[in-house]
Amino acid sequence: MWKMLQLPLVVTAQVDLLLVLVSLLAFWTRLSHLSYPNAVVFDEVYYGQFVSLYMKRVFFIDDSGPPLGHMILAFGAYLGGFDGNFVWNRIGAEYPTTVNVWSLRLLPALCGALCVPLVYLLTLELKFSHLSALGAAVLLLLENSLIVQSRFMLLESVLIFFVLLAFFSYLRFHNAPSSSWSRYIWLILSGVSCGAVVGVKYMGLFSYLLLLVVASLHTWKLIGDKTISHRNVCVQCVHRVLCLVVVPVLLYVFWFYVHLSFLNRSGPHDQLMSSAFQASLQGGLSRITRGQPLEVAYGSQVTLRSSVSQPIPCWLHSHKVNYPIRYDNGRGSSHQQQVTCYPFKDVNNWWIIKDPGRQQLVVDTPPRPVRHGDVIQLVHGMTSRFLNSHDVAAPMSPHTQEVSGYIDFNVSMPAQNLWRVDISNREAESEVWKTILSEVRLVHVNTSAVLKLSGVPLPDWGFRQLEVVADKLFKAHSSSLEWTVEEHRYGTSQEQKEREAELHSPTHIDVDRKISFWAKFVELQWKMLTVKQEESEHKYSSSPLEWITMETNIAYWLHSSTNAQIHLIGNPVSWGVGNLSLLAYQLLAVVYLLRRRRGLKDVPDGVWDQFVCLGCVCVGGWLVNFVPFLLMDKTLFLYHYLPALCYLYLLSPALLEHAHTHLLRYAHQLQHSLTHQRALCVGALAVLLSIFLTYRTFCPLTYGSPELSAHQLQGLKWRDTWDILYRRR
Amino acid sequence: MLVAGLSFSTRLYKLTEPPHVCWDETHFGKMGSYYINRTFFFDVHPPLGKMLIGLAGYMSGYNGTFPFIKPGDKYENQNYWGMRGFCAVLGSFLPIFAYLIVLELSNSCTAAIIAATLLIFDTGCITISQYILLDPILMFFIMAAVLSMVKFNQQRYRSFTASWWFWLVLTGINLAGALGVKFVGLFVIVLVGLNTIGDLWRLLGDMSLSLVDIAKHFLARAFALILLPLILYVTIFAVHFVVLNKSGPGDGFFSSAFQSRLIGNNLHNASMPEYLAFGSTVTIKNLRIAGGYLHSHWHLYPEGVGARQQQVTAYLHKDYNNLWVVHRQQDNNSQSGNPDLVRHGDIVRLEHKETTRNLHSHLHEAPLTKKHFQVTGYGINGTGDANDLWQMEVCGGRKGDPVKVLRSKVRFLHRATGCVLYSSGKTLPKWGWEQIEVTCSPYLKETPSSQWNIEDHINPKLPNISLSVLKPNFLEILLESHIVMFRGNSGLKPKDNEMNSKPWHWPINYQGLRFSGVNATEYRVYLLGNPVVWWINLASLGLYFTMVAVASIATQRGFSLGQQRIEHSLVLVRGGGLLMLGWLLHYAPFFTMGRILYFHHYFPAMLFSSMLTGLTLDILFRSADLLLHPPYSYWFQRTGQLLLLFSILYSFYLFHPLSYGMTGPLAHEPGSAMAGLKWMDSWEF
Repeated sequence: MWKMLQLPLVVTAQVDLLLVLVSLLAFWTRLSHLSYPNAVVFDEVYYGQFVSLYMKRVFFIDDSGPPLGHMILAFGAYLGGFDGNFVWNRIGAEYPTTVNVWSLRLLPALCGALCVPLVYLLTLELKFSHLSALGAAVLLLLENSLIVQSRFMLLESVLIFFVLLAFFSYLRFHNAPSSSWSRYIWLILSGVSCGAVVGVKYMGLFSYLLLLVVASLHTWKLIGDKTISHRNVCVQCVHRVLCLVVVPVLLYVFWFYVHLSFLNRSGPHDQLMSSAFQASLQGGLSRITRGQPLEVAYGSQVTLRSSVSQPIPCWLHSHKVNYPIRYDNGRGSSHQQQVTCYPFKDVNNWWIIKDPGRQQLVVDTPPRPVRHGDVIQLVHGMTSRFLNSHDVAAPMSPHTQEVSGYIDFNVSMPAQNLWRVDISNREAESEVWKTILSEVRLVHVNTSAVLKLSGVPLPDWGFRQLEVVADKLFKAHSSSLEWTVEEHRYGTSQEQKEREAELHSPTHIDVDRKISFWAKFVELQWKMLTVKQEESEHKYSSSPLEWITMETNIAYWLHSSTNAQIHLIGNPVSWGVGNLSLLAYQLLAVVYLLRRRRGLKDVPDGVWDQFVCLGCVCVGGWLVNFVPFLLMDKTLFLYHYLPALCYLYLLSPALLEHAHTHLLRYAHQLQHSLTHQRALCVGALAVLLSIFLTYRTFCPLTYGSPELSAHQLQGLKWRDTWDILYRRR
Repeated sequence: MLVAGLSFSTRLYKLTEPPHVCWDETHFGKMGSYYINRTFFFDVHPPLGKMLIGLAGYMSGYNGTFPFIKPGDKYENQNYWGMRGFCAVLGSFLPIFAYLIVLELSNSCTAAIIAATLLIFDTGCITISQYILLDPILMFFIMAAVLSMVKFNQQRYRSFTASWWFWLVLTGINLAGALGVKFVGLFVIVLVGLNTIGDLWRLLGDMSLSLVDIAKHFLARAFALILLPLILYVTIFAVHFVVLNKSGPGDGFFSSAFQSRLIGNNLHNASMPEYLAFGSTVTIKNLRIAGGYLHSHWHLYPEGVGARQQQVTAYLHKDYNNLWVVHRQQDNNSQSGNPDLVRHGDIVRLEHKETTRNLHSHLHEAPLTKKHFQVTGYGINGTGDANDLWQMEVCGGRKGDPVKVLRSKVRFLHRATGCVLYSSGKTLPKWGWEQIEVTCSPYLKETPSSQWNIEDHINPKLPNISLSVLKPNFLEILLESHIVMFRGNSGLKPKDNEMNSKPWHWPINYQGLRFSGVNATEYRVYLLGNPVVWWINLASLGLYFTMVAVASIATQRGFSLGQQRIEHSLVLVRGGGLLMLGWLLHYAPFFTMGRILYFHHYFPAMLFSSMLTGLTLDILFRSADLLLHPPYSYWFQRTGQLLLLFSILYSFYLFHPLSYGMTGPLAHEPGSAMAGLKWMDSWEF
């Protein structure tokens, strides 16, 4: 023990000055003047509203991605003391002095800056030289589009940071000697960043899968290694599965756990969720339903909410207006009272549950609960009409039956107002009809049709409310057939007048209703994946194939009075270099493969492995971040291409180094190779210089200052398809 | 032989029942009739399948007069059995092919018999083979292609012999056939392509072959698998165009030049004034393929979509709402004598003949393409504002050139905003009657989308001259018809109310398709796989993965295995891998498709899955000796096979009314023949 501690105590530290230098430059390019412009820039208007909701702890659904990204942005806002009181409604709106813009934008900018040293380290882990690493770092450093994207409250830089971190730490783990235990720290870090990658954006999933593929290839080699004992192989495999599969999945769920425990107040998106979910939020539904009786009994007064929230959530409704005798197309109706689904709270949404065998509309003491299979009648609270259905075609969906409030016109159309209660989730809940929890189908006894929300808006005579029908031919699992009791109280008044007064009075009483985290998680995740927003083309949207050649740009911000503006435009020279190296790599790989197959080994096996690994990570990374967009039916923007672009920048210098050290040395005579190598170096330097120059040229559009004249702007329009804004003077 | 006998008898039994039009027979039967009548039509599938149907009908004495209007129409005394019989015969070959393929791949008769039995007694395969549909023809070619490919693989040590060539060429022919029936044939082409690449890769690694030999191998395959199918495919289209030379319902989808080929079309040997003049009534067709006519109607753009003015769209069908009148800037209708010709650079005003509104554009976003401006119909009786003025330009023309009808490509430049009239090709939502969007594009690049030609031209004051439009050559027609087909295919979006089948429904046999009959009184046929067969297939897929994983880990770790085991794992990896690939290629792409999907799209994949089942189960039974000692393992093997056979036969006995027709009450009511067989709520019989 004492021998370990030798005097004098010496600390040796190796500092890679290049790494420090590029990091400093990265921080300078990403963080300087971060709070300029002091106005809402592009998608900040979108993310900002969620940040505000986080600050107010109000529940929301965003289908664009899992919650970690929003949480990171919100954390930045929290650090800056943002109180959520800002209306994000317009790009270009000035921030008031109370909003700390710097802190809002700090975290994405930090992530963006850290990408540069990460790329440097990643190149080293791919076993290329420091010079290549420097090249990759410089390419990333001087990429205008990455700078723009990192400097605002946007998520791409965060995504790229975590992706690079995951790959870097995995390769660190893989390259470390198998005896050291510290390498498992890297493996865990890799798993954690994978969890973060998927937590920030769904697109990250593809990068995560790529990492898994690379890892399983390595593991496959490990399995084939016969020098390792069976036990050791099993242990290693289990470690990898734990760190790279279990940890990310747990983390992903954990983000949702944090999300849901933070957002516990009701908000604008409540109505998309089930009644049970809403009841778990403070305010909103829980304020109304708190303390309602749980079991629905004969004589209960209820509102019935349809389980579908498409197109909008609504409640079963009736009012003192009849169906028109004839519809516009000449078809006849029963001319009985309309029954619709109404998307607003209204006293006409109340229905009373009646026992067909008895006359009274009040609840007995003790209450007799309604069970699965019972036959009931539903009486409309305000008009006392019975819910009725018959063999008359429904107004908008003529293949289904009309549902009406029954009026006896003495036209040999008898009342058919018996409904059987069919609780579809009785296995999970109970046989007894429960408020909020039970999902109920109302089966018409005479025709065995089921009460259904067809979702079609009625014309003017139905006040544009939604049509309700009874459908015989239904699909087994369709939520348009399910109804839940949302508001509920035991009726006490037999007289119609008293009952009306009772219906107008608000419900109250107190019990807490719990819903487990898992149920909430599953419901929220499902809703996020299925909620469809209206997709429409945006002025600056573009198609994936246009990204490769950078056909379009995006105007992020324009000064309210001058020509100062910020655009998402990449560095055209680096863009071209990236594309070229992608092509070159593929060509080279094909030539190598064919020649190796014929037994001609151009490069030693070690170098070949290095070359293949480079391709797996970089070309593979580009593919998984680009190809899925081709199949997507979404509105896409240039910034979706940025993660794929980073892989190309990682590839270019490494490929150049490969060409320099191997291709030129082996492919030519020795005396020529030196001149070729020199020419290559000079060429690379020239390209780097021109990258720097184009970076300088586009700086005004990247940082939004200085302001350029219209003539200068015209000069920056290198492509006809770019949209650069000029102010008319 | 037994397989063949059973296969034919199950497929041909009750072939002519029901004697009315079932499901998609309404399309494909109709198109068969079009061939017999030589009328031009448009369909999203390539023509071979319908040509064969037409041919079969013609041979069996069907005269092409039955209209095939809607499912349920009675055939009366038409000769429809020929067409159905043709499809059923092709469908009967499927189990035979499956038998042969599995036999080649596994060298095991048991495996082959299992695969064939699964297919023979699958109610779904029977049903889909019995009607006038493209699917039996398609599946026939797919299976034949796979069979010849497998046979060809077996010939690998006898290169360039006659049988080698025979199977190679046969593969190519079948590929052309598969692609010629439906574009789904592309998947089998990919399968064969991947197999060929693997084969060439193997040859390349064979150091005993010189590069010249490899080049020969490559060229032979390139000829038989690329060039030959391509030639055949083009030939099919050539026959298609030669046979269909009369004008019919598909005309409007095609360009003016294309239409001039068709007898009976108004552009065939057309006669009209040669140069466009002021005061003429014209139709204006977009030059983009399947671009449509400039169209307007009384309906307005809905609220929230630009200005609330009259819609202007592009419409594919011929219609009086496609007529526009060319006017000068200031209206001077009272012209006497010969009207002035419209020349390059002239300012015109286009008035919609039916509604008397002017073609108009302004600085509002277009409804779908937000980068462009909205185009509307504005004003009344020809009086509008300065935004109604368009400058007419002949592409490649100079100032003063007249505009030739049909032949000149013209562009319409909007005077006020400088944008150009453009058809984006996007389909408008319901409010626009699903017609095509027309916008005004500020990007002035010359593309077919922004170029138009004058098609019909009516001006009584000018002499009519017979025009022979430049007849398009064959390649142009071929290209055009393909682009139109692809547009049509992607245009088949699911409608709101229509039943919509999802790809994950298919392998679990979640929901079938109603072929005929709904109510208790009708003769009902329901396309649904035999659930026992399909669920065995599903289970085998999982089993296959487990077995391959176990086998390959054992090999990779270097466990010593017996000779027999090694053979088994080779069959699993090679033969099973091929079938697995086939299944994936015929199934996975549907997940990415945006068009409307039906249950029957799964059937080609199901064939592969059944063959894989045969192979997997056979090896599973044979591997019983891993756990049991010799006599018991043999008994286990036999019992397993018998049990499998019995369960398939019994389930076929239970479910056979699905394909051979049911009458009487529906299955959820007690008195039905199918009572108690509704194992899933989603089945609708």
